Amino acid sequence: MIRIEPRDVNSAMFSYGVPILSAVVALILASIPLWLAGAPVLISYVEMAKGVFGSKFAFSEMLTRATPLMFTGLAAALAFRAKLWNIGAEGQLYLGAIAAVAIGTGYIEAPAFILLPLIIAFGCAAGSAGMVVPAILKTRYGADEVVTTLLLNFIIIIFLQYMLEGPLKDPMGLGWPQSSPILDQGMLPPLMERMRVHSGLIIAIVCALIAQFMLARSVWGFKLRAVGENVFAARHAGIKVNRTILGAAAISGALAGMAGVSEVAGLKGYLTSDLSPGFGYAGIIVAMLAGLSPIGVVISALFIASVFVGADSMSRAMGVSSYLADLVVSTSLLCVLIGGFFSRFKLVRTNLEGKN
Amino acid sequence: MIEIFQILLTESFWAASLRIATPLIFGVLGALICEKSGVLNLGIEGIFVAGAMAGWMAVWLGTGLWGGVVVAAIAGGFFGLIHAILTVTLGLSQHVSGLGVTLFATSVSYFSYRTALPKVSSPPRIEPFRPLEIPILSELPFIGTVLFQQTALTWLALFMVGLVWYVMNRTGLGVAIKAVGDNPNSVDAQGLSVYGLRIGAIVVGSALMALGGAFLTMSAFDAFFFGMVNGRGWICIALVIFASWKPGKALLGALLFGAFDALQVRMQTEVGAKVPSQVFLAAPYVLSIVALVIAARRAEYPRALLTPWFKGQR
Amino acid sequence: MTSSPVLILDGLSKSFGSVRAADAISLKLFTGEVLALLGENGAGKTTLMNMLFGHYMPDSGKIEIIDGSGHAKPLQLGNPQASIAAGIGMVHQHFTLAENLDALDNIMLGSESFIHLRRNKSQAIRKIQKIMNDSGLVAPMDVAVGRLTVGERQRVEILKALYQDVNILVLDEPTAVLTPQEADKLFENITAMTKNGLSVIFISHKLREVLAFSNRIAVLRHGRKVGEISSKEANERKIARLMVGEETKVFSKKELQVGEPVLEVDNLTISGSSKRESLSNISLSVNKHEILGIAGISGNGQTVLANAISGLVKSSSGKIKIDGKNILTNDPSNIIQAGVGRIPEDRHKDGIVGQMSVAENMIIEDLNDGKVQSRGLLNHEAIMRHCSNLSSKYDVRGPGPNASARLLSGGNIQKLILARVFEASPKLILANQPTRGLDMGAAADVANRLLEARQRGSGVILISEDLDEILSLSDRIMVIYDGKLRMAETHDRETLGLMMAGEAA
Repeated sequence: MIRIEPRDVNSAMFSYGVPILSAVVALILASIPLWLAGAPVLISYVEMAKGVFGSKFAFSEMLTRATPLMFTGLAAALAFRAKLWNIGAEGQLYLGAIAAVAIGTGYIEAPAFILLPLIIAFGCAAGSAGMVVPAILKTRYGADEVVTTLLLNFIIIIFLQYMLEGPLKDPMGLGWPQSSPILDQGMLPPLMERMRVHSGLIIAIVCALIAQFMLARSVWGFKLRAVGENVFAARHAGIKVNRTILGAAAISGALAGMAGVSEVAGLKGYLTSDLSPGFGYAGIIVAMLAGLSPIGVVISALFIASVFVGADSMSRAMGVSSYLADLVVSTSLLCVLIGGFFSRFKLVRTNLEGKN
Repeated sequence: MIEIFQILLTESFWAASLRIATPLIFGVLGALICEKSGVLNLGIEGIFVAGAMAGWMAVWLGTGLWGGVVVAAIAGGFFGLIHAILTVTLGLSQHVSGLGVTLFATSVSYFSYRTALPKVSSPPRIEPFRPLEIPILSELPFIGTVLFQQTALTWLALFMVGLVWYVMNRTGLGVAIKAVGDNPNSVDAQGLSVYGLRIGAIVVGSALMALGGAFLTMSAFDAFFFGMVNGRGWICIALVIFASWKPGKALLGALLFGAFDALQVRMQTEVGAKVPSQVFLAAPYVLSIVALVIAARRAEYPRALLTPWFKGQR
Repeated sequence: MTSSPVLILDGLSKSFGSVRAADAISLKLFTGEVLALLGENGAGKTTLMNMLFGHYMPDSGKIEIIDGSGHAKPLQLGNPQASIAAGIGMVHQHFTLAENLDALDNIMLGSESFIHLRRNKSQAIRKIQKIMNDSGLVAPMDVAVGRLTVGERQRVEILKALYQDVNILVLDEPTAVLTPQEADKLFENITAMTKNGLSVIFISHKLREVLAFSNRIAVLRHGRKVGEISSKEANERKIARLMVGEETKVFSKKELQVGEPVLEVDNLTISGSSKRESLSNISLSVNKHEILGIAGISGNGQTVLANAISGLVKSSSGKIKIDGKNILTNDPSNIIQAGVGRIPEDRHKDGIVGQMSVAENMIIEDLNDGKVQSRGLLNHEAIMRHCSNLSSKYDVRGPGPNASARLLSGGNIQKLILARVFEASPKLILANQPTRGLDMGAAADVANRLLEARQRGSGVILISEDLDEILSLSDRIMVIYDGKLRMAETHDRETLGLMMAGEAA
């Protein structure tokens, strides 16, 4: 007989080892679909690595892809720490992007040092609103935020289509449903000559550092963790639970909104309805892989971005579907879940067993 | 207003309502079985995709339509089993595991589809289920069109409502499933397996969800498209709360939803000029949230929902 | 004893790590007798029964079942199914009932095949009816168990065991949730059942009922059987000494002049969703230098009363005043500010955040305090210093201030909470079941701390199901029954027992 018993100590080896091992296992498991698809497995991996590390450009592309993942990963990590299941980062990202475009495409004419902060502030506020509403529905009416945030994603994307066909439509866009371009002074400055990687990356890393510090060392972070780990004890101890949840929702939504701002004002310049290839959902995986640690989010976002960018280029070279990247990423989530289990529990194999 | 009444009087409206409701009926029943046993299954959205893809692919490879239905159910059961192992055996977070299963099932389906059909511009079609025209009955005015021109899968869904109701309320198995979702210790103390009951319920429930997906590719349409499930799974999770975990109410909820969706499509053509079409497109999702908010406060959740259970830990 | 044995436990031992939870225990159970198994928490009672049920595999020893014709058969060890098949039934201390199902479904659960398309309810009802007639245990069958009273639930639990045709029934602390009068009734029913050949083992730590209702008493201490006597030859003093190995401790309580009232509850009414969650028109007051004991059977409103004073529920009408000032209900932070220290009933759920560190749990109620934070940032060194001070002062033992609080033992978790509560020098202390589940040493520590606080001038409300604890610590005693409070004029067991049962005293 096998029994499950909790481990006494949370070993640091597990908290760092499990995510890394999960990522490696997921990459190794990817050889099965590669082999089934008839691709030479080793060469495919080499192509994947080349797609990320093969050139300065490839590497900068990976950083570009990691930027929104850091924001959505942070959004998920902070919310999940409070046991607030924000699955709506995808929608909040688009709200942020819509706000950025609404402010930044000429509605306000101002120099960069005014316009850029304004764009960021409005984008974050819009994303924030997109999470505060379901959080209120949860705290006031008990409506499960998982379902409401998921459904809001669909509503927001439909709203986006309306905006792109109506109020935000680019009159010069030859009829395509896309917004006008953001003014030059409203764009986040690029980081490297002739590369797409932009200063959104710096903002994301700074956000992660601040989040890490606030979670560990501030009263706000203390309350958020207490509410997330044991809402009953937190309430008993006089922590205002609803206020804490709404605060976490606001910050989480703002970070997701920032992902939208960064994509539209850092990379694309204008808004289309395919701005995000699922950054919001991938952010959940980024957060889980990071063990909900903000600094960890930066690292796991780099990993996930590498998988996506590498698989894209491998896909072009080998003719294997680029959905392989989604497969690797979702497998790594399942692996990290299972690994998380073994870092908290051990299996005791015995038939002379029992414990009170 | 007059337009609405005119729409409500047409046969095609009611036939469409039932058609739109069919995948939701499968999905809500599946979610109901899982949740009654104490496990939330957010894998539903991905299992819909897997059922749609696997069923369609099987038919395309020549298993025949019913062969496709079986393959879809097996695919759903497989992904359900993953969720069951993660949440029941290992006792992991049902939220995160469910989302993981959704992402995994979706990516497996998309990757398999793209690998099997690398470069096709328009998706290949299969011969889908035809309406089961029953002699004489199909000729009846109104009822004939609404009921007796549905495909076999719609009939299967309606039959499943009765079957699930019967099993849950009239058999020892149903009592055991309800008990394990209420207080697993009650089941354990009587010498039954908590793990067995929950894993079984999740696998069967997931197989039902997959049939909802299969309906999309094998009855509603005749091909597989990316993004075709489009949140139907999530809507089922909202509906099952609205239906307070009762099969009869689940049917009612799915039908109401189907009717609303059918109505919005028709309203769109009637008053499309005055109102942006997106209002109608968003309406079903808004309706689901409203239904959830209304139902949430008085919902009597299965008491052990979301709570993992380990043998020997009381 | 003229009857023959039905069950022989022979030299059963079981160790967990270095702890010998059961040490070569041998016991015989005879047909138609009631054997009481007596012992402190951790004496090995539960371990022994878990081996009998096949939940635990003994390290050594054997179990034999003697069937009707007198043949002894060894029981397959470590196999719950074998134990059930051998006719052993168990009624757990914590009910194993599905509350949304009715009693009939709970009883039939697992006794019918899953593949049968129809359930034979009428046959089951006939069988249950017969058991009810034979035993006198009656409970409604068609009502959801969640709506039954605790006594009714217990009867359902026993009926469930009897329905499985047991001939050996084990009852684990069956009277823990019953009034003395309900308990007497239960033992009458058990006596009736033994007339039909049922053999009963009941586990208890209440000397009185053990003496009154068992035929034989076996006493366990530290995993060993330390005595076995016929109930007729036993008396309370004799078995108490066997059980704890020494005379029970009596607390020294100084006479003190009571001071001003610190807490006044005035006509407080709370309409909860069920009776257990409601209070009707409660008034009480607690003064400085005074312990007010609140006795009662669990489920009569203690929890909601404690929650109201802790600020966890909203009152429908009435007032709560601390130091003469009205307090907003439904806001724990307000209550803490007003100087109320609370020792919660469920310390794991309400008392600590298990995943956070011991140090963080020490200061969780002081987050607004300048000592631990400035301008929203925590002062890590100060928190650590504070934690190690309190840990030595209150003897909290564990893997250190940075370890997760969940790693502490139950007694040390309670000490952590005591440290938090007493260090804030509260005007009022609310102690809800403060010694439940603690070993004798830890329980005595809690009691002494409460007496010290009384000495220092705090008012204390002590809510407890343990009548001995209430009697030995309280200056005044009130009894809660069905959401209503009444003052006890005399402090003797019988009067209090009647009041706890809702009878006029």
